[in-house]
Amino acid sequence: MSNIYIASLITLGGLGVLLAVGLSLAARAFHIEKDERLEKVENALPGVNCGACGYAGCAALAEAIVSGEAPVEGCPVGGSATAQAIAEIMGKTATVGEREIAQVLCKGGLKETLTTVEYQGIRSCKAANMISGGTKSCQYGCLGLGDCAVACPFDAIIMNDNGLPEIDPDKCTGCGECVRACPRNIITLAPISKRTHIRCSSHDQGKVVRQICSVGCIGCGICAKVCPDGAIRLENNLAIMDYEKCTNCGQCAEKCPTGTIEFSEALIKAV
Amino acid sequence: MRALTFKQGIYLEENKSLTSDKPLKKANRPAQVIIPMQQHIGVPCKPLVKRGDHVEMGEKIGDIDGFISAPIHSSVSGTVKEIRTVLTPEGKLCEAVVIEADPEDRLAEGISVKGDLEDLNPDEIIDIIREAGIVGMGGATFPTHAKLRIPEGKKAEYLIINGAECEPFLTGDYRLMLERPEDIVYGMKALMKAIGAEKGIIGIEDNKADAIETLQRAIDGENNIEIKKLITKYPQGGERMLIKAILNREVPAKGLPIDVGVIVNNIATAVAVADAIKKGMPLIERSVTISGPGVNEPVNLIFRIGTPIEELLAEAGGLTADAAKVIIGGPMTGCAQPHLEISATKGTTGIIVLTENEVEAFDPQPCIRCARCVDACPELLMPLNLARYAEHGMLEQLEKYQVLSCIECGICSYVCPARRPLLHNIRIGKAEVMAKNASSKQG
Repeated sequence: MSNIYIASLITLGGLGVLLAVGLSLAARAFHIEKDERLEKVENALPGVNCGACGYAGCAALAEAIVSGEAPVEGCPVGGSATAQAIAEIMGKTATVGEREIAQVLCKGGLKETLTTVEYQGIRSCKAANMISGGTKSCQYGCLGLGDCAVACPFDAIIMNDNGLPEIDPDKCTGCGECVRACPRNIITLAPISKRTHIRCSSHDQGKVVRQICSVGCIGCGICAKVCPDGAIRLENNLAIMDYEKCTNCGQCAEKCPTGTIEFSEALIKAV
Repeated sequence: MRALTFKQGIYLEENKSLTSDKPLKKANRPAQVIIPMQQHIGVPCKPLVKRGDHVEMGEKIGDIDGFISAPIHSSVSGTVKEIRTVLTPEGKLCEAVVIEADPEDRLAEGISVKGDLEDLNPDEIIDIIREAGIVGMGGATFPTHAKLRIPEGKKAEYLIINGAECEPFLTGDYRLMLERPEDIVYGMKALMKAIGAEKGIIGIEDNKADAIETLQRAIDGENNIEIKKLITKYPQGGERMLIKAILNREVPAKGLPIDVGVIVNNIATAVAVADAIKKGMPLIERSVTISGPGVNEPVNLIFRIGTPIEELLAEAGGLTADAAKVIIGGPMTGCAQPHLEISATKGTTGIIVLTENEVEAFDPQPCIRCARCVDACPELLMPLNLARYAEHGMLEQLEKYQVLSCIECGICSYVCPARRPLLHNIRIGKAEVMAKNASSKQG
């Protein structure tokens, strides 16, 4: 009887040893060098797969960073914390600018501008913009159908009752999806510390702006004159802010006759 | 004569009887004309005049170097009041010259007979056409001279004159066929000479029997011009459909009619060419149909380019109380207008006003895959799929399924029982594919 036990033990045990040796040999023969940093970098990335970096998703960016194709600051969404973490893994130093968030350069909602047509087409700014120059009296302003809100992967944009997008600065990561989605190019990315924004994109003449919008830039140029830092220039009837030069003094907003320039002191204190 | 046609397409209620028996009437001279610098496909013109300048009727006021463009002329004599940005009927912004008209209608210098057609060579004819600012007047406004320069290695066998006028309501071309048949034939001969075509064909839908008869009399004795009767069907006037119906030739996707040896021009274009050669008159006026249930007295007018549509509507007895939507062009391919300060241009074939009854609000329902749009599409595309791809930004699929072949006739949206905005979506998709192609060409 005991012979059977012994025979089966030897057979199975022997097989086990043989296969184990085979496996360990195979593991050595077919060994692939896998960069352990890949997993770490991927874990350090936000993992939302928003695509703002230009790659297919976070995994693709991680691969590109590890292979040296993309810089360690490659993720525009994660900000400095992510860049630092990745830089540490990669053994490099990250140079990250200030965090940027989206700013809507139009204040002309339903109350401030006229809606000229009854639009019955597809509920999308892109679609409305293709028909007779849009639905509002202003050819440059926000159409209010919320393509930016739909495009935002972080739920940072909501359309308010006045038909304008509102950006939640805490949720906005500066990925720029809304900037690309807006058919009128009125959204821009600005450093988060900047508190003065010229919220108008109209190149219409002042006279025309006065007729169609109560908060539009009339191109009077007062802001450019009072700005001590030369941060504002007039271009084709519109004041344009150079955020690099702006020092948040707020004098332009004080002088702006139409209230186009917005200056939020409270937020500065919070920062 | 057997009536010819193409595959698919649909029959639309014609609504042409509102204006078909109304002769073309000269519209009053407007107090001021607003002449947009973009009245053609291609590069916009630059104004050649400035504020305070005096201009004569027929004087060139806008031009630009560039193959795909056509100069623009003043349609009145008077003083330039200002140059400002305006909205074109197509919904684009461009510069416009505003001219205060005086009642004298002084003709500009150099407006005179350009010579006998027999003595002009093809290049001279094409130059006359360019200088006269003639564009495709069926509504697409492609510069005619650019079309007439046959690319090397190609040969134009046929000139087809498009007298289909397949859009409902429009009767401007029909009236031209009845009232100016000799000029049509003259313009046709000039165009044939310009492109070296041996044969000319006029295609006319069979709902315009008297136009066929009139033109038949006009071409009596011309052995290289004939008339073909076409079945009344939309979009019979699309040039690809027209060529298929008349010659049974298929213009390749992404190709042009010249690839199958054909050049197509509109009836009104032929008349403009005749005017340019016979009188030396540049394109400063054209025919328009003002019709629809929303106007009191539908009319056919000859108006000066740059007349505000408000004044033209006033000549049609004004808007009715329940007028709701003003469309420039035909009801299928035209553009709804946001206000009435738009000026009528070289491409304004009609001004159609619909009432609240006709203008229903869309409430799109889900697609039920009935394929009515597929059965009707004259380009044999699958609009339901294209619209879906466009909605989801699937550019590769859009290209694969030939979104660029769409001629934007609007049949798909018209037949859709779920009232889905198919064409609107496809247009977005088309624009995106074209933008992508343009940027990849640059980069």
